[in-house]
Amino acid sequence: MSAIDAGAIVTVNPVRSEGYWSSVGRRLVRDPVAMLALALILLIVLAAIFAPYIAPADPFRGSMVRRLRPIGTPGYPLGTDELGRDLLSRLIYGGRLSLFMGVTPVLLAFMVGSSIGIFAAYVGGWVNTVVMRVIDVFFAFPSVLLAIALSGALGAGILNSIVSLTVVFVPQIARIAESVTTQTRNRDFVEAARISGARTLTIVRVHVLGNVLGPIFVYATSLISVSMILSSGLSFLGLGVKPPEPEWGLMLNTLRTAIYSQPLVAALPGAMIFITSISFNLFSDGLRGAMEVRQ
Amino acid sequence: MLLYALKRLVYVLPVAFGVSIVCFMLVHLAPGDPLTAIMPIDATAQQQAEMRAAYGFDKPLPVQYGLWLWKIFHGDLGSSIASGRPVASEVGRAVGNSLILASLATLIGFGFGAFFGFVAGYFRGSTLDRLASLVSILGVSVPHYWLGMVMVIVFSALLGWLPSTGAGPGGSTAWRPDWEHLRYIILPAITMSAIPMGIISRTVRALVADILSQEFVQALRAKGMGEWDVFKHVVRNAAPTALAVMGLQLGYLLGGSILIETVFAWPGTGFLLNTAIFQRDLPLLQGAILVLALFFVGLNLIVDVLQTTLDPRIQRG
Repeated sequence: MSAIDAGAIVTVNPVRSEGYWSSVGRRLVRDPVAMLALALILLIVLAAIFAPYIAPADPFRGSMVRRLRPIGTPGYPLGTDELGRDLLSRLIYGGRLSLFMGVTPVLLAFMVGSSIGIFAAYVGGWVNTVVMRVIDVFFAFPSVLLAIALSGALGAGILNSIVSLTVVFVPQIARIAESVTTQTRNRDFVEAARISGARTLTIVRVHVLGNVLGPIFVYATSLISVSMILSSGLSFLGLGVKPPEPEWGLMLNTLRTAIYSQPLVAALPGAMIFITSISFNLFSDGLRGAMEVRQ
Repeated sequence: MLLYALKRLVYVLPVAFGVSIVCFMLVHLAPGDPLTAIMPIDATAQQQAEMRAAYGFDKPLPVQYGLWLWKIFHGDLGSSIASGRPVASEVGRAVGNSLILASLATLIGFGFGAFFGFVAGYFRGSTLDRLASLVSILGVSVPHYWLGMVMVIVFSALLGWLPSTGAGPGGSTAWRPDWEHLRYIILPAITMSAIPMGIISRTVRALVADILSQEFVQALRAKGMGEWDVFKHVVRNAAPTALAVMGLQLGYLLGGSILIETVFAWPGTGFLLNTAIFQRDLPLLQGAILVLALFFVGLNLIVDVLQTTLDPRIQRG
C-alpha cells in the first residue's frame, strides 16, 4: 500500500476528455435534419458565389417576344419572367443579393449587440439600467414595423435596408447577451478568477466571452431566417433592391402581375426565400440541440 | 392587482416616452427636407422658408418635439402632406380594419396552434409530435407575403373560389360582418394566421411537456384521476402563458401586417404605411407608427397585468 510502484505511475495514460466544441460538432453531424439543412444552405451559397459559371443565361438580357414562358420551355428550364429574362439564371444570381442582405444585418447586429450586452452586464449598475431601458424602447416596436418604418424614412436602397434590419436586431441580441453575461458573471469561477488576481480584461476575455459567445451565436443564427424574410420583404415592398437587379423579394413583387397567366413561375422566387429561411431555421434548431443551450 | 397595474404603468411611461422620441426622429432621419414632396420646384428661398415656418420645421428640434407632443395629447397628429386630411382620422379608420383582420388571424392561429401544441406535448417523440413540429417550423419560416400570393394563386386564380384583393365588394373600405365581406377576409386572415400558429404551437408544446413532467400530475394520476380530468388541470396551468403569447401575437400582427395587407390590398394600417412611404408623407408615416407602437405597448401592459391576475404564482417586482 505504501510502496507505490513508480512504473505504474508512468504507464497510466492521461485520459483526454473531448473538448466542448468537438462534442458539439459530433452531435451536429449525427443530426440528419440539421445536416440536410446545412447541405441546402451550402448548395444555395455555392450557387450564388459561382453564379456566372452555373447560370445558363444572362440574368439581365430579356426579350419582349418570349415573356412569361412556362416551366419546362426548351432553353428556359424554369420559364421566363415578365420581361422575358431566364428565370433560372435570375434565381441563381438572385441568391447573391438575397443572402448578402439577409445575413449581413445579423452579422453586424451580432457584433454590435453582443458588445453592448456584454459591456452593460459586465459594468452593471446604472449603466446597465440605462442601456436596458433604451433597449426596452426598441422592443416596443414589432420588428416588422420597425424595419419598415426605418427603411421607409431612410428611403429605398441596399445599404438602407441593411442598416434598418441591423437596428432591428441589435436590441434583440443585446438583450440575450446581457442576460447570459449577467448569469455568467455571478458564477463561482469568475469570482475565483478575480480572487486569484486576474485582471478585468483577462476575466472578460477568458471566462466571460468563452461562456457567453456560444449561446449568443446560436440565438443569432436563429435570426437569419427572420432576416432573410424581412430583407426580401423590404425589397418586395420596393424598399430594398431596385430593378433590374435580381433579388428574390423584388422578383416576387414584379412577378405578381403574372399570377393569373403563369402562377407557378410567379411563385418560384418566394419558394427560394422559403427554402433558404427554413434551412437556416432547421440548422439553427440543430445547433441549439447540439449545444444544449437554453434561452 | 390594482397596485401592480399602477406599478407597471409607471414602468411603461418612460418606454412610451422613448417610443415617441423614436417616432419623432423618423422624420428627421429622412434624407432631404420633409416638405420636398409638396414644395413647388420653383419655390423661392423666401417661399420655402414660409412653408417651413407654417409646418413648424424652422424651430430647434427639442421645441418641435415639445410642440408635437403637446398636439398629440390633444388628439392632433398633424395633417397628411399628401391628402391634407388629419392623420388621426386616417390612422383611426385603418387601425379598425387592421384590428379586424389581425384579431381573426390571431384566433385562427391560436385555435390550430394550441391544438397542434397540445397533441405534440402529449405525445412527445411520436410521429404526431414530429408532424406538429413540422407545421410549427413551416409557420415561422414561411415568407408570409409569398404564402399570401400562393393562396391567391390557388384559391382565386386556379379555383376561383374567393376574391383576391380588397376588403369588400365594389372596393368597399369599411368591413361589415356579412357573407359578402367575409369572403374577402378569409384569404388574408388564413395567410396571416400562419405566424401565430407556429409560435403558439411551439409555446404550448413546451408548456404541456413541462407541466406533464411535474410531480402534481403524477400525484393526480396516482390518486386515480381520469385522463380527461388530468387534461383539464394541464389546460388550466398552460392557459395564462399561452394567452399571454396570443395577446402579444395580436400586437405583432397589427404592426407587422404591412406585407400581407399590401398583397391583398387590405385597407388597413399596412396599406396606409405603404402609401405614406411611397408618397413620402412623413407626418402620416410618423403618426401611423406612433399609434401602432403605443397600441403594442398598451397591449403588452394589459397582457402582463392579466397574466399576473390569472396566475397568482407569478411574482413580479
